[in-house]
Amino acid sequence: MYSFEPNEEQQMLMEAVGKYAIADLRPVAHEAEESRELPQKVVAKGWELGVLQASIPEAYGGFGEHSAVTGVLAAEELAFGDLAGAFAIMTPALFATPILLAGSEEQKKEYLPKIIEGQWRPYTAALIEYAFDFDPNDLRTIARKVGDGYVLNGEKAYVPFAKDAEAMIVYANLDGKTQGFIVLKNAEGLTINSEREMLMGLNALPLYRVKLDNVKVSASNRLGGASGHDFERILASMRLASAATALGVARAAFEYSRDYAKEREAFGVKIAQKQAVAFMLAEMCTEIEASRLLAWEAAWKLDQNKEDACTEAYLASTGAADMVMMVTDRAVQILGGHGYIREHPVEMWMRNGRGFAMLTGLAIV
Amino acid sequence: MSIEFESPKPIVQAQYVLKTVAEEMMRSKSRYFDEHEHEIPWDYIEFMHTAMKAMGGGSLAPKESASPEGRGDKGEGGNGKHPPIGYQLLATQIETLAWGDVGMYLVTPGGGLGAAAVQAAASSEQKAKFLARFGGEKPTFAAMCMTEAGAGSDTASIRTRAVLDEKTKEWVINGEKIFVTAGDKSITEYEKLGKGFIVVWASIDPSAGRAGMRAFVVEAGTPGVKVTKLEHKMGIRVSDTAAISLVDVRVPFDHILGSPTVEKTTTGFKGAMATFDATRPLVAASGLGVARAALEFLKEKLKENGIGIRYGLPRQKLTNIEREVIDMEIMLKSAWLMVMKAVWMADNKKPNALESSMSKVKAGDVTTKITQKAVEILGPLGYSREFLAEKWMRDAKITDIYEGTGQINRLVVARQILGYSGSELR
Ligand SMILES: Cc1cc2nc3c(=O)[nH]c(=O)nc-3n(C[C@H](O)[C@H](O)[C@H](O)COP(=O)(O)OP(=O)(O)OC[C@H]3O[C@@H](n4cnc5c(N)ncnc54)[C@H](O)[C@@H]3O)c2cc1C
Repeated sequence: MYSFEPNEEQQMLMEAVGKYAIADLRPVAHEAEESRELPQKVVAKGWELGVLQASIPEAYGGFGEHSAVTGVLAAEELAFGDLAGAFAIMTPALFATPILLAGSEEQKKEYLPKIIEGQWRPYTAALIEYAFDFDPNDLRTIARKVGDGYVLNGEKAYVPFAKDAEAMIVYANLDGKTQGFIVLKNAEGLTINSEREMLMGLNALPLYRVKLDNVKVSASNRLGGASGHDFERILASMRLASAATALGVARAAFEYSRDYAKEREAFGVKIAQKQAVAFMLAEMCTEIEASRLLAWEAAWKLDQNKEDACTEAYLASTGAADMVMMVTDRAVQILGGHGYIREHPVEMWMRNGRGFAMLTGLAIV
Repeated sequence: MSIEFESPKPIVQAQYVLKTVAEEMMRSKSRYFDEHEHEIPWDYIEFMHTAMKAMGGGSLAPKESASPEGRGDKGEGGNGKHPPIGYQLLATQIETLAWGDVGMYLVTPGGGLGAAAVQAAASSEQKAKFLARFGGEKPTFAAMCMTEAGAGSDTASIRTRAVLDEKTKEWVINGEKIFVTAGDKSITEYEKLGKGFIVVWASIDPSAGRAGMRAFVVEAGTPGVKVTKLEHKMGIRVSDTAAISLVDVRVPFDHILGSPTVEKTTTGFKGAMATFDATRPLVAASGLGVARAALEFLKEKLKENGIGIRYGLPRQKLTNIEREVIDMEIMLKSAWLMVMKAVWMADNKKPNALESSMSKVKAGDVTTKITQKAVEILGPLGYSREFLAEKWMRDAKITDIYEGTGQINRLVVARQILGYSGSELR
């Protein structure tokens, strides 16, 4: 059957997350971007909403079941408040969700309860590499089998909270396939750049370059255990997180510029009464809805283990990256010169919006 | 309440059955009828009539009894444990037929837009009176006449008048309509066809503007009504597009759809617009069928030439052709989901003016872009009449024009999201 209505639990979650996004995240977003620092209090409060905790079964300390659909719904709401904040709150999932989806029983038992019990703590993952044609399925970071374990060599970029992370999943190329490896804090050969990445957007999010110089990983710390895991499924969940957060940013920009257009006057009427502006808004709204439905369908297919789920997640994230650029660009356009001034959030949303074309791997649902 | 994307059984079955029809009865004749404008595809018409009758109809109309478990499960059409899926099924059928040939789909017997108008605005007695015929012995057509030479998008400026003859209690209609899809088959009395009708929009009180607009059912054979011209078109050539003149056409009093008196409100006009909420996603679906045909054909030709699409690669590693094809798939899939959401809302009686117009905006864009790109990428093959790609591009363009142009649907969307009336945003 077709149905387009989140269930009751999902609606409650969306409402709670949405409220937090507007009341807590949005008000600190500007200052956080300027000062390059997210208030820890706000992140802690976002963590307490329990989005990740609710996606993990009781057996591992959580109180729910994993659902990509629910994850997509919650991620949109979070990013509607602020993208850097959303990524920060979701960072521990970068470690926990792949373990839940692909980890061995021992890995689940060892890590999941630790991560989700109590306060937000930095567990993270390193996927992105600093190359124009970065391809998650063709990594330059290499894993070699040596004796019983593995040795990692390479460089990772844009790793959230790497400096303080208790542990991270490092994705590396093992005989042509992308595989995850659990690397613990202070592992020998692991160097984290002391300077944070300086990017066009997302400045409130601490991202680091990470070097791996003959880092040893035991066989039991290969994601999924000795036989490894299917990376496609994890990548699809990352792509969906990307699509979902893009929706949140786009909706924020759309609503802000829509409301502005109904207030601002030019030539004796509200600018929203001019078709040139009204049509931009109509198209923004249409494209957001188009992207949203594709992300929902892809998430649903992933939950149902449909054959084409991963391809559809790819399509959803690719489409969403274009959509969010278009929407945020137009939001700036609708505000005119005022849109270019940093007091209004639309220019930040536009800077953040461009990131979706390259930043798959900063979140997962 | 849930988020689900599983095609219910009747939809899968319909797709399966109609695909064969689309291939054998439609695709194979596409080129012929494109090159023989104004010839009537009798084989298709008769086949579809028989087939639809066998399925318990005689037209493609949203079956109120359709449920996810299949036809005939009494009481499950919405009031049982399964919500109704009539419009979802219909949208799927239309998409599949349009994938075969969208022009020919428009020549599917049954009520078309005429019956849709009756369905949306008529009383139950009127519905019984006007709609029963489609299940009759012969294939039967109906059409909708809104557009006039001087009134297209601006429907409120139609000049056609209907005046009540107080003595005979008949409405007397005068006016000139143009661009009536299936207008010829609806009122010209062909031997092979049953008696059809047209739904004519006219004003009963020009001083009242929109509030004075009403629709009237005019039966085939009524004196004074005739087809004056059949248009020659860029595409969908097998579908007749008629100009119809009405000179002192008399119809019985109860052929008016909606109230015979003019109130100060615009309820009557809103009734007309409500029809569009139901039909716009269906027109969108017909466009998307063409787009899918073009995209599938393109991928097939690429494959023959050893070009596969490497899904999953970053943009930077894809060839231009791959990027184009991937973008086309994103557009097509998401547009289709917008159609499904709009008709799902219609099935569940949720107000869908916004979603309906958004689906039409999107489908108008997507259908034209995909078919135009397909011709471009196929190069000399695309431009050649040896293949259908060039025809699909011509057929596709109408999607962005009728049932509200892309601009008019943007207006509807904008008014909805801004909370503006027609006078605040025109
Ligand atoms: C093949 C075919 C079949 C058709 N079938 C039917 C049918 O069955 N029944 C029927 O009643 N009609 C039918 N039509 C008519 C169709 O619905 C109209 O052609 C359409 O609504 C546009 O009207 P128009 O052609 O007069 O263009 P116009 O209204 O003159 O529009 C011209 C241009 O101006 C734009 N425009 C108009 N108003 C505005 C505005 N307010 N803001 C911004 N832009 C605006 C339009 O988008 C368009 O780009 C058919 C047309 C064709 C070509």
